[in-house]
Amino acid sequence: MGGFSQAFAEAFVLLWRFDAQVLEIVLRSLQVSSLAVLIGTAVGLPLGACLAVGQFPGKQTAAVIINGFMGLPSVVVGVVVYLALSRSGPMGEFGLLYTPSAMVIAQVVLVVPLMAAIARQVVEDAWRNYQEELAALRFGWWDTVRVLLHDCRFSLSVAVLAGLGRAMSEVGAVMIVGGNIDRATRVMTTAIALETSKGDLPLAIALGIVLLVLILLLNAGAFALRTTVMRRFE
Amino acid sequence: MASGVLKRLIPALALSAAALTVQAGESITLASTTSTENSGLFGYILPIFEKASGIQVNVVALGTGQALDVGKRGDADALLVHDRAKEESFVAEGYGAYRKDVMYNDFVIVGPAADPAGVAGAKTADEAFAKIADSGSTFASRADRSGTHAAELRFWKAVGKDPEGKPWYKASGSGMGATLNMAAGVGAYTLSDRGSWANFKNRQDLKILFQGDPQLYNPYGVILINPAKHPHVKKAAAERFIDWITSDAGHQAIADFKLNGEQLFFPLKAK
Amino acid sequence: MSLFPLQLRDVTFRPNGRAVLDGVDLTLSGEGITVVLGPNGAGKSVLLRTLCGLIPPTGGTLDWGGGAFDPLAVGMVFQHPVMLRSSVIDNIALGLVPRGVGARERRLAGMAMLQQIGLADRANDNARQLSGGEQQRLALGRVWLTRPRLLLLDEPTSSLDPSAVEAVERIVRQIRTEGTKILMTTHNLGQATRLADDIVFLADGRVREHVPVRRFFSQPASAEARQFIQGELPWHLAF
Repeated sequence: MGGFSQAFAEAFVLLWRFDAQVLEIVLRSLQVSSLAVLIGTAVGLPLGACLAVGQFPGKQTAAVIINGFMGLPSVVVGVVVYLALSRSGPMGEFGLLYTPSAMVIAQVVLVVPLMAAIARQVVEDAWRNYQEELAALRFGWWDTVRVLLHDCRFSLSVAVLAGLGRAMSEVGAVMIVGGNIDRATRVMTTAIALETSKGDLPLAIALGIVLLVLILLLNAGAFALRTTVMRRFE
Repeated sequence: MASGVLKRLIPALALSAAALTVQAGESITLASTTSTENSGLFGYILPIFEKASGIQVNVVALGTGQALDVGKRGDADALLVHDRAKEESFVAEGYGAYRKDVMYNDFVIVGPAADPAGVAGAKTADEAFAKIADSGSTFASRADRSGTHAAELRFWKAVGKDPEGKPWYKASGSGMGATLNMAAGVGAYTLSDRGSWANFKNRQDLKILFQGDPQLYNPYGVILINPAKHPHVKKAAAERFIDWITSDAGHQAIADFKLNGEQLFFPLKAK
Repeated sequence: MSLFPLQLRDVTFRPNGRAVLDGVDLTLSGEGITVVLGPNGAGKSVLLRTLCGLIPPTGGTLDWGGGAFDPLAVGMVFQHPVMLRSSVIDNIALGLVPRGVGARERRLAGMAMLQQIGLADRANDNARQLSGGEQQRLALGRVWLTRPRLLLLDEPTSSLDPSAVEAVERIVRQIRTEGTKILMTTHNLGQATRLADDIVFLADGRVREHVPVRRFFSQPASAEARQFIQGELPWHLAF
């Protein structure tokens, strides 16, 4: 089909004339998602490590729930966060709906289970190796969590990247809680959805290429950083 | 160790959060329809209003039904939608303070150029819908409680047809653009507002087959969310917007908006 | 509070019916090096883990000099010590983390210990790139730094070359002279004769002999011990 290759050809022309509006959307995407992933890192990784190390009843159930939440459709998260932040909802008084903060909250809800589940797996594997030695040195569970998080920092960068990938590429949640407001809450994915709905497929593809390149660059950067540091401490 | 990382993270988080919430000047949230947003109307008229008033209008584009729900929950300050019957009951139930006419555009029936149902030869919009149903030609419906969907259902009812569940009736459950993409993809008929169609680029084999019947006129109204029900509504700023869009200056801006040289929206004098 | 004399009475460990420790009776004084010998599967490692508090015995009693078990006073070095993915200095000071020692003090104490075990010049190297002998010395220093009263060593020199073995033994003797009681297992009978004050001979989960080292090798009382000594040593040791 001519339409297919033509759309891609036009997409590259559009990328060539990368305009200020697209740049603003890209920067907003990065800002919202990286903030969500920062919070997700601070919450999700220790949470996953605690699940791996802690000895408490319901530990298996908690692990299953976290794993299940990993696959939560972003639209569902969007609806739940929408209801919570709505003026008629429990957190309505803060007036956060249709702001970037709402998008950050929704993305935090999306990435925390993903990051916690990966962290749990990684930390649990390490813990099996270290368990006796740390117990003999009389490590309590919190010190164990801290040491293991530090020790698994290279593998855990995968969790951070996975979180960033999910945050930047999801559309359902930010569309609902952000509202895709021009110059306020429009990010790359909602812009792609909008352009697709306008039938402007080349522009949608162009934005999609930007998104892909961005995620690839972030991954490549993290990989380079990892290999240089790992050469010292693996 | 881990705590060191945290110590560095927290200020970074605080800074970033502050950067996100900075927004100069006053702003209101307007829940509106995909048809107005997709046409590019807001992109043209809102900068004019913002320049005159200093108020930024944040548009959340939804279907009319969803926009009314958002209004009911108090998540917008004003609505600009197109389903007069529902708008009036919205105000009557106390969710809206009042409603004012703003403008109208019209619907067009688009379909495959070959026109298997012979819609192009119809004399009225009712007849066009009857022909589609009688020939069993594929029809893509918004099926999303939007104003366009409500209008489409009125036509089926007027000609005594119930397309629900028929094999030729594709309920997309999505916005105008997605429904047009579907129609283009499978060669179906659909009802579109003129603005969305004019701005739609992925037409493939689709073209306008029927237009101009007064039955296809599509009036838009603006509603102020009732501050008595939702005290946080930015009444003063929202009323400035409503006053402007129903004023001569607002009407001029609407009339001036053209897409490919064609005027899409026509101002309506307030009642 | 003193942990000694440490008395084990009828200590058993039967995880799944099979007895790994089958009524261990043993009294340990607070001085010197006690070497636990015995064939594979005799229960040597399990005995050490039980004393470390890592394995709760299924029967019997442990009497720590009349007082309660103090986990902070008991340290253990494992056959295959784990190195964190970090520097040598981070690894040596690891045991001070749960003891609430601040980062600066950990570094200072760690440097002093590295000096003592001869790894000071490797402080900032990757601990996982040390040789096997160096890692074992690091593991010893790591536990030594926590100043235990009882130090448990599980096969500390298995699979090390002779010069590395000698370096480890030198550190073990140093720890002994500081007044730390050492209980260790080994397969190396030469090492036992070099280090041990007394020998505990374990077979089938029971203590068969607990005698001074000379006596054990010159006049083993049990047939099992005689067989063990002859099987492990191709030459005859005379004292």
